[in-house]
Amino acid sequence: MKLSGAEIVIETLIEQNVKTIFGYPGGTVIDIYDQLYKKSDRINHVLAAHEQGAAHAADGYARATGELGVVLATSGPGATNLVTGIATAYLDSVPMLAITGNVGTSMIGKDSFQEIDITGVTLPITKHNFIVTDVADLADTIREAIRIAKSDRPGPVLVDIPKDVQNNKAEFSYKAPVAKSEPVPASDDAVNKACEMIADSARPYIYFGGGATRASAGALISELADKIDAVMGCSLMGLSEIPTKLDRFLGMQGMHGHYASSKAMAKADLIISVGVRFSDRATGNTAKFATGARKIHVDVDAAELSKNIPADLEVACDISDFLRKLIDKVDYKRNPNWMDKVAKLREQEMEYEPDNHLPREAIKAIADIVDDDTEIATDVGQHQMWTAQYYDFKKKRTWISSGGLGTMGFGMGAAIGASFGAGKKTVLVTGDGSFGMNLNELATAVTYNVPLTIVLLNNGVLGMVRQWQHIFYNDTFSNTTLSRKTDFVKFAESFGATAFKAESIEEFKDVFAKAYAVEGPALVDLRIDKDELVLPMLKPGGSFDKLILTREEAEG
Amino acid sequence: MDKNSFIIAIYVDNKSGVLTRVSSLFTRRGYNIDTLSVGEAEDPNFSRITISMRGTSEERNQLISQLKKLYNVKKVEVISAEQGIRRELLLVKVRNTPETRADLRDTVEVFKAKIIDYSADAMCLEITGDTSKVNAFLDNMKPFGIIEICRTGIVAIERGPESLINK
Repeated sequence: MKLSGAEIVIETLIEQNVKTIFGYPGGTVIDIYDQLYKKSDRINHVLAAHEQGAAHAADGYARATGELGVVLATSGPGATNLVTGIATAYLDSVPMLAITGNVGTSMIGKDSFQEIDITGVTLPITKHNFIVTDVADLADTIREAIRIAKSDRPGPVLVDIPKDVQNNKAEFSYKAPVAKSEPVPASDDAVNKACEMIADSARPYIYFGGGATRASAGALISELADKIDAVMGCSLMGLSEIPTKLDRFLGMQGMHGHYASSKAMAKADLIISVGVRFSDRATGNTAKFATGARKIHVDVDAAELSKNIPADLEVACDISDFLRKLIDKVDYKRNPNWMDKVAKLREQEMEYEPDNHLPREAIKAIADIVDDDTEIATDVGQHQMWTAQYYDFKKKRTWISSGGLGTMGFGMGAAIGASFGAGKKTVLVTGDGSFGMNLNELATAVTYNVPLTIVLLNNGVLGMVRQWQHIFYNDTFSNTTLSRKTDFVKFAESFGATAFKAESIEEFKDVFAKAYAVEGPALVDLRIDKDELVLPMLKPGGSFDKLILTREEAEG
Repeated sequence: MDKNSFIIAIYVDNKSGVLTRVSSLFTRRGYNIDTLSVGEAEDPNFSRITISMRGTSEERNQLISQLKKLYNVKKVEVISAEQGIRRELLLVKVRNTPETRADLRDTVEVFKAKIIDYSADAMCLEITGDTSKVNAFLDNMKPFGIIEICRTGIVAIERGPESLINK
């Protein structure tokens, strides 16, 4: 059948099992929106307040489901508003398809109204991008874009479609949903070498990250840990892939990681790294990082191996396949001395836990009150680190947070997208700084009655930067004191949401339970002290033998 | 760590915009290109990009892994010093005076260069060779007065019966 380009866009998305897309209309996507309207019984469109929110929503949708997230925007400012959202997805390897309209092909290059070279702009933040100049190529280009986005190490792909290409007609026939290309299996050689290194080790530590989450490899990782008597730690991106309460799991390591997790990693003699990229936030000073350990590094992306930390064994393959073969082949072993040492580290960690730390108590209260499968989204800053440290994750893919790019303003869009994707209650933990960046999306949450509970840890400052100013800049609080007069309860109510205020942990427990029970969006404004710190803290570029553990150390 | 000079041959889709994708990767990852040349490959669906640059072996391996991830990149190979034949072409315009004319011609002959344009006050010369020969020739041209130069950058091919794309 002969269809217009705009119709091909929607039919191809439907053919590829895309159920929900996020977006915002505009001049060069009117035709696509026309088709969305006509086919609204077969594909769902969520109208955001701003294209950035739509992009984060597509990202949150993908993180919560493991499926593709799709965002649609118009040319020019619509397209450039996607940029932060696309970059966020790129840094965290999230499968995303961004579709943009552009001015007609005859207008391109003439600085036409709302014309921007969006494929040029997004070149370094997409896995790949396309501009479609012939409607005959449109369906296959979208299919190929989806295949690229989902395959190997996932990431965002952008397809730019000029307006005339949307109007022109081409023959269209349905094809099967594209299969993602399968990563190469693990070689026997790599598995054998890993077995030898494990046999030679006495203090093994398994370190996993976002790659393990994308491969859904948590169960295999903990099975391996059981068999070889290893402990486990993760990067920010690995959170929720295994339950927090698992015996061998020491929690997140790194700049604000758990004491026992970071210390055990520094003392290990073998680090088995699974789907991680050794970000500077995870390693501190690379020259002093885990110098006593041999390193096995397995990742689906060969370019990550030895990029930041040299590996003794580089394994580029399907993570799950490698773990399965390794579990099968490796000898069962016990490391009693190592377990004793780790137990001592855990005892020491308990000593450093701060008393009367309201943010920590609030995060723990949230974990106690919500259903196990609730999606937990965050923005970026202190609240994000407290959630990463203290939330008790019980189910996979319930952690929705911007790791690599560290995007303040990510949370609202991402939480809405996660809720649409998972079809479940979502809690957003945010701060007044981050929330201020994209609070317009509360309108979206209200419009669609999204089951979203927002916990605003409100300290009136940009807490994480303030913390750095406190520790490293002699309390020169340049531009981090917000001095705003925002009443977040009134704000939320004026947008049509339910809202509560709390100033103590008792009040918080009470109103959070009420807010969580609200069917649609509700906000809890919890006042916290502006001088609370995220601890432990590794100085940027520091080494793990010099962790800042207490307020006194931070101030000394 | 020692920085060595090396040459990478890259087969890419012969499409517009692909060179930008390759060259922007170098900027993004902090690599400096010494020379870059590009032209259609034996199969017109591909272009062959030859890049010469300096770096440690770790940097080289990282760069190759990153290049291989680009959608339009089909093949990346390092041209080894032992197996590779490297050539560069130089066009140079030098001053020509009655006093220097004979010396200039002698130098051209010694280097097996060619005179490709001649006027009473200037000569245009062409030379092909590896980089050291081209550099040596240029050094010898300086006393005559160089007006303009244009170099192609290095192209390189490996000895033997195979095409790199099948390697």
